[in-house]
Amino acid sequence: MINFQYARAGDVADAVRQIAADPKAKFIAGGTNLIDLMKEDVERPSRLIDISRLPLKSVEETAEGGLRIGALVPNSDLAYHPLIAQRYPMLASAILAGASAQLRNMASTGGNLLQRTRCYYFYDIATPCNKREPGSGCSAITGLNRMHAILGTSEACIATHPSDMCVALAALDATVHTAGPAGARAIAFSDFHRLPGDTPQRDTNLQANEIVTAVELPARGFAANYTYLKIRDRLSYAFALVSVAAALELEGDMIKEARLALGGVAHKPWRDPSAEAALRGQAASQPTYTRAAELVLRDAKGFEHNAFKIDLARRAIVRALTQAAAGTPQSQSNKKIR
Amino acid sequence: MAQTGTAVRPTRETVASPDKISVALSVNGLTRQLEVAPWTTLLDALRDHLDLTGTKKGCDHGQCGACTVLVDGRRINSCLTLAVMKDGAKVTTIEGLATDGALHALQQSFIDHDAFQCGYCTPGQICSAAGLIAEGKAKSADEIRELMSGNICRCGAYPNIVAAIQQAMGGS
Repeated sequence: MINFQYARAGDVADAVRQIAADPKAKFIAGGTNLIDLMKEDVERPSRLIDISRLPLKSVEETAEGGLRIGALVPNSDLAYHPLIAQRYPMLASAILAGASAQLRNMASTGGNLLQRTRCYYFYDIATPCNKREPGSGCSAITGLNRMHAILGTSEACIATHPSDMCVALAALDATVHTAGPAGARAIAFSDFHRLPGDTPQRDTNLQANEIVTAVELPARGFAANYTYLKIRDRLSYAFALVSVAAALELEGDMIKEARLALGGVAHKPWRDPSAEAALRGQAASQPTYTRAAELVLRDAKGFEHNAFKIDLARRAIVRALTQAAAGTPQSQSNKKIR
Repeated sequence: MAQTGTAVRPTRETVASPDKISVALSVNGLTRQLEVAPWTTLLDALRDHLDLTGTKKGCDHGQCGACTVLVDGRRINSCLTLAVMKDGAKVTTIEGLATDGALHALQQSFIDHDAFQCGYCTPGQICSAAGLIAEGKAKSADEIRELMSGNICRCGAYPNIVAAIQQAMGGS
């Protein structure tokens, strides 16, 4: 870890001013990803601006019947918040599927959105990586790529976004609220993270000197028919090979509304409007789920070690939709998949 | 303060911080005043500045849980926390669990169940289990296993660790 200076932000406006004053400064909140990356010399900020004491720690009801979650609400507090558990259990489940109890106690809501990929080459400063050092090349495309993306990849980068929480937020149509030198903005969740294209160094559409202040959930929470199904190499405390957030609204056995988002397969939580359209108005049955899975994966492309993810994702989507329709969400403590 | 629209200029918020920053921590009930560099982790502050070497450095990357301590009652990885960020916090380490010479219930149950072999992960396991019990979310053995997954035991004492935690929880 290189030496750096440390300052505390007094309020959100002060945080924005401070970060604008030093192009090499970074915000720190929970620190669970940033400090790790600093120890690996992947991140080398000149200054850390501590935002952890800003008053962004509340969960409030909105006039539209949704919730506004402060950017500094710890992941564990959010997962166990009574209103989240009751109205948005898919979000609670996704959060509890990720990291460890200690890390969830530290990690913030905003920081979860902004965590970097766990691609081995991004972490290893001795190897080329376009995300870490634009133009240096991608080591993963011809290297060890078991963890890597099968959808939306580019010749520059095949990294995945590591978050579980964000997969549920994508499915729930959340909105990200930010503040910056030009004022406040609201960004639709699907527009927040980016595909790698030829600028994989940019994970999100957050602008320079902007800060995430809140994540807003709309009223629709899919509390009756949902699941978060995460497939990984260990039963706990491992990143997803494939994960599926599935949420349905049913009328009898007819699907009225459907949401489907995948983790572990792309540079951002992956949603496919055509697959969700193919679920709406159809019978909640395996042929319907299989058709949706085929649509999601129609352009999937495997690499040397991760081609198995295409079939894994297909089966996980069908299983997740089956769990959601039956009202039997995946348990995050008993990992037996039913 | 309004945006000026001109070139960035130093403000009172951006004065250089000193190499060492004064931090007050309440550690195991005692107020401790420290002078630390900004990049000192809470783990290094405990071990190297306060000689509290019960808290272990395993991976130093938040993956093994050996550095687990309680900060304001919550279990965290002290290796991924900067000491300066915890100014004013209450820290409990493995050295602070026993009271008046009597072992904490978890220390006793780990002995009763032989819940360790080499012992290196044990301070982190016990502090993590103390956090788990305080959270009150784990009831079954499955739930204990899941909510203790941030603590690795390479000797493989897991079944005994789960039994020890169940005993301390007052379970079977």
